[in-house]
Amino acid sequence: MTHVSIQNLSKIYKGSKTPALDELSLEIPSGELTALLGPSGCGKTTTMKMIAGLLDPTSGDISFDGRSVLNDKPENRGAVMVFQNYLLFPYMSVSENIGFGLKMRKTDANDIKKRVGEMLEMVKLPDLGDRKPSELSGGQQQRVALARALIIQPEVLLLDEPLSNLDAHLRLEMRDLIRALQQEMKITTIFVTHDQEEAVVLADKIALILDGKMKQYDTPQAFYKTPIDEATARFFGCHNFIKGKALDGVFDCAIGKLKIPKLIKEGQGTLTFRPENIKITKDKTKENSFGAKVSNIIYLGTQTRLKIKLAEMEFDAILNPNETAGLAIGDDVFIHLPSEVLWKI
Amino acid sequence: MSQKQNRTLQSLRVLTGIVLITWLVLPLVPLAIWSFAKGWYFPDILPKRWTLNAWDYTFSDTAGVLDSLWITIWISLAATGLSVLIGVPAGRALGMYKFKGKELVELMILAPVIVPGIAVVLGIHSIFIFLGLNNTVTGVVLVHLIPTLPYMTLVMSGIFANYDPAYEDQARSLGASPLKTFWYITLPAIMPGIIVGGLFAFLVSWSQYILTLLIGGGRIITLPLLLFNFATSGRNDITGAIGMIYILPGIIILLLTAKHLSGRSGAVGGFGQI
Repeated sequence: MTHVSIQNLSKIYKGSKTPALDELSLEIPSGELTALLGPSGCGKTTTMKMIAGLLDPTSGDISFDGRSVLNDKPENRGAVMVFQNYLLFPYMSVSENIGFGLKMRKTDANDIKKRVGEMLEMVKLPDLGDRKPSELSGGQQQRVALARALIIQPEVLLLDEPLSNLDAHLRLEMRDLIRALQQEMKITTIFVTHDQEEAVVLADKIALILDGKMKQYDTPQAFYKTPIDEATARFFGCHNFIKGKALDGVFDCAIGKLKIPKLIKEGQGTLTFRPENIKITKDKTKENSFGAKVSNIIYLGTQTRLKIKLAEMEFDAILNPNETAGLAIGDDVFIHLPSEVLWKI
Repeated sequence: MSQKQNRTLQSLRVLTGIVLITWLVLPLVPLAIWSFAKGWYFPDILPKRWTLNAWDYTFSDTAGVLDSLWITIWISLAATGLSVLIGVPAGRALGMYKFKGKELVELMILAPVIVPGIAVVLGIHSIFIFLGLNNTVTGVVLVHLIPTLPYMTLVMSGIFANYDPAYEDQARSLGASPLKTFWYITLPAIMPGIIVGGLFAFLVSWSQYILTLLIGGGRIITLPLLLFNFATSGRNDITGAIGMIYILPGIIILLLTAKHLSGRSGAVGGFGQI
């Protein structure tokens, strides 16, 4: 159980003017599973390597339980990194790979054997200890890499894109395994990903990093309900924005007057709503309903994506295929924006 | 593949085999015969009388062959060891990193292979006089590095070009010190390169003549120098015997590497590949 604190962490690579990471500050409570989310090249792997001690920060501090670890060498830091491509040592068997960390700690050989056996059980590969890494599937290699890191009971576990190399069905399985092991061993875990879905399904909290800066650090739900700005909303797949002014529970904008929750701060701003929260109605009298035109329909099996034109603006809507049955491009519809799904940024 | 093509390919293989044997093995046969011959004169196909005199002399104390053998082994091992020590880090730098003037460094390392050794060694000779390294074993070992280092460095840079240093990060993260990381992770990965490059370096050093002659100043008599002395003095029998000893490491290394290179055991397996 280790509380990880990152303060004003920056990294400027030699010969580069723009920082790879710019003044990142983050408090990760002990035992939590936190995602560093951002597009590729946003500085998240850089952050991980700095936490692991494999890279020196240009400025800032990293501390575990209040103690700065910047002067600790990677082998003494208590933070273990699992790389995206697993990096199992090809000359060693699966058991030797898993036992590597203990061997480096001069653990007794019999003890290593026993704990490797336990670890193999834990990651559900009890019979594969004698295999070579090249004889394993991607999912199995991932489990071995995880076991190799967990066996030394690190204070902090760092996972680099843990689900990205796996098939869809393996992803869920691996997600459950990572969560279960993490909860059981109560290891503070940080993982990086460029895939918001991966972050949402796995993390307690997400830190969104765009252009080397942290945008928002929050629960997965908050990124959908209350994004901090347009870029954040866009990263989570929301492209519906209307400029206007909030006053007295009403948002005045190009499409008309919208009733908004009392909690929303008054003043100029941009109203946003998730595409899946738009409703289509035949009833014009409902509040926050507006006449609009369907400009595009994409049928995706379990959902239908619509583009809806309203007051010279285009909005995305995601609906259940049942609700869109019989709809065609060019149809006039009424859209309903329930006030509780509106959010001003 | 049609049967006709197959047969063409088969006969090509046989032809290549014959050419290789004619070039590589046949010239050694007279040498071997000479070492056991008591006079061998035209037009005899084989000597009329056989003797072990040449071999007796070769292994006697007066001939100096054994002294020469040991000094040659020692110089070649030292040159190989130094080549490994310098070639591995140099190969790592060239294979893995981009840096300013990399092309120039690559050219400088390759230069000794392109420029004749005699041109280089004359310059080095005058520097070694200044350093007092002429006529010493150290000097000879150092000058042997000129032709051995390029091979070692080139082999290692090839190995490191395909090497992922992230394995080292992973090992460090799992608790290995830099030394243990090298021992358990880096060394096993680059071992094939060290073996092949080292064997090359050993053979290149083993067969140096001009460099040894000039820097050794006639005091350091390695096997090729001795061989040349006997060859020019017309002692074909002793030349043959020393020649047999001289080609031994080449044959041993061929047998060892044939296993490595062809993936089968022994030289016979290697022949199967022809």
